[in-house]
Amino acid sequence: MLTLKNLDMSYVPGKPVLTDINLEIAARGITAIIGPSGTGKSTLIRCINRLVEPTGGSILFDGADLARLSGRALRHARRHIGMVFQEYNLVERLTVMENLLCGRLGFVSSWRAWRRRFGAEDVAQAFDLLDTVGLAEFANRRADALSGGQRQRVGIARAVMQAPKLLLADEPTSSLDPRTSVEIMELLADIARSRTIPVIINMHDVELARRFADRVVGMAGGRIVFDGPPSSLTEGALTGIYGGEHWMH
Amino acid sequence: MAAPATRDNPFPRNPWNRVAAVALVVYVIYACAQMEISWERVQVGLVNAARFLDRLFPPNFGRAELLWKGLKESMEIAVLASTLGIVLALPIGLLAARNLMPAWVTWPARLVIVLARSFHPVIVAILFVKAVGFGALAGILALTVASIGFIGKLITEAIEEISEKQVEAVRATGAPFASVLAYGVVPQVFSRFIGFATYQLDSNLRNSTMVGIVGAGGIGGTLFAAFQRFDYDFVCAILIAIITVIMAGEIVATAVRAIFIDNATLRDLFRRGSLRAVRHAEEG
Repeated sequence: MLTLKNLDMSYVPGKPVLTDINLEIAARGITAIIGPSGTGKSTLIRCINRLVEPTGGSILFDGADLARLSGRALRHARRHIGMVFQEYNLVERLTVMENLLCGRLGFVSSWRAWRRRFGAEDVAQAFDLLDTVGLAEFANRRADALSGGQRQRVGIARAVMQAPKLLLADEPTSSLDPRTSVEIMELLADIARSRTIPVIINMHDVELARRFADRVVGMAGGRIVFDGPPSSLTEGALTGIYGGEHWMH
Repeated sequence: MAAPATRDNPFPRNPWNRVAAVALVVYVIYACAQMEISWERVQVGLVNAARFLDRLFPPNFGRAELLWKGLKESMEIAVLASTLGIVLALPIGLLAARNLMPAWVTWPARLVIVLARSFHPVIVAILFVKAVGFGALAGILALTVASIGFIGKLITEAIEEISEKQVEAVRATGAPFASVLAYGVVPQVFSRFIGFATYQLDSNLRNSTMVGIVGAGGIGGTLFAAFQRFDYDFVCAILIAIITVIMAGEIVATAVRAIFIDNATLRDLFRRGSLRAVRHAEEG
């Protein structure tokens, strides 16, 4: 489904953020990426849809190398990759419905988009999704009127509107309280299973990763240092990822 | 306990502040002396002003037709120049935004904006009178240039201050650039744009009464002629008419802002105090 080969990335030459990342993501299941802050988890996820530019390596997705694409070809590849952000990144002054329909912008001409002429099936799908995420009566509310948990639900619905072949989530629960975090993770897990969308999630909460992920990838110092099912995430493995031991007890 | 004496003074004095203050005072005194502004000169001025004020009143509205013709032309100049200026300023302002455009696009666009802002509208009006001849066309062109400079600069700044995160999210969906603008950029700058546009209309209304002084059409020409003929009572009538138009424009601008920025309805506008209520509802 998605294969990262020898991926390198550095914002400043000589100071690599990611070094030689090799990762293969299957066509289903939730992959959690854990690791200390500043270790490049977010950069890794953003490299996949080229919100940041990798300095080397390849990103094989859907029969193409995303690292080589540009212009229209890159936009077309992005249409099939949904993304959920830590701070939701909703367009604050648009309504919930408009935010959801943002997910269709890659498929609708700009001329129609400016005039808000989306296809009837897109609008119907948006209403269905709002139902799914429990925000049916919020369609015409402005995004800045919602609470954090509600915003993240809209963020997830926007990504699902793309009918993506891959869903990326960059710390989707880090700005939320513990209970809402679990609810958001449940929603993501439901969607991943019911629609068979593979999901890659960055997270710093090891317990949430254990509970929801089918596979855990541990990163440290810009490299992958652990890769396995949650059950193999032992104290020894966590020490390898985060270093030290005292924090676990 | 640490001895406080060993710490640095948290509010250190900068001796240059005092030097600058003294220098300013000295210059003001020097400038007054240079221009020979004395108490006697002020007294002469006041006597003259009293005589002038006496001749202004009562205002003479006898030549209403002439007055109305000039006012109408001024308003037309203001509205046309604002519309044309805003239509041209939007793309130029967008092209000048450094967070959306590459440097080779922003530099020429910035140059256009700086040129449009370089001169006072009166100077631009004189240039256009020389170029296209006397009349309203010169006034329209002059105020269009002023509008491009003002709106263009503010739009550029507004776009450069938007939240990148919202744009990034729209970009990540694979949206083409024009759709990213429509959904990621425009919603973030729209209410500020309405603010600039109504302010510019207001400002053009005022300036349109003045470009006539240099022959670029509008009530300004009538006003200037009245001054030269010492028809001070007619001058007074013109000034009152201008004040009325400016105030009416202000009311319209406030209403437009309320409708677009605070989502007020026309009915809200006629209810006393309701604007504040609308604003509160928006925030709450």
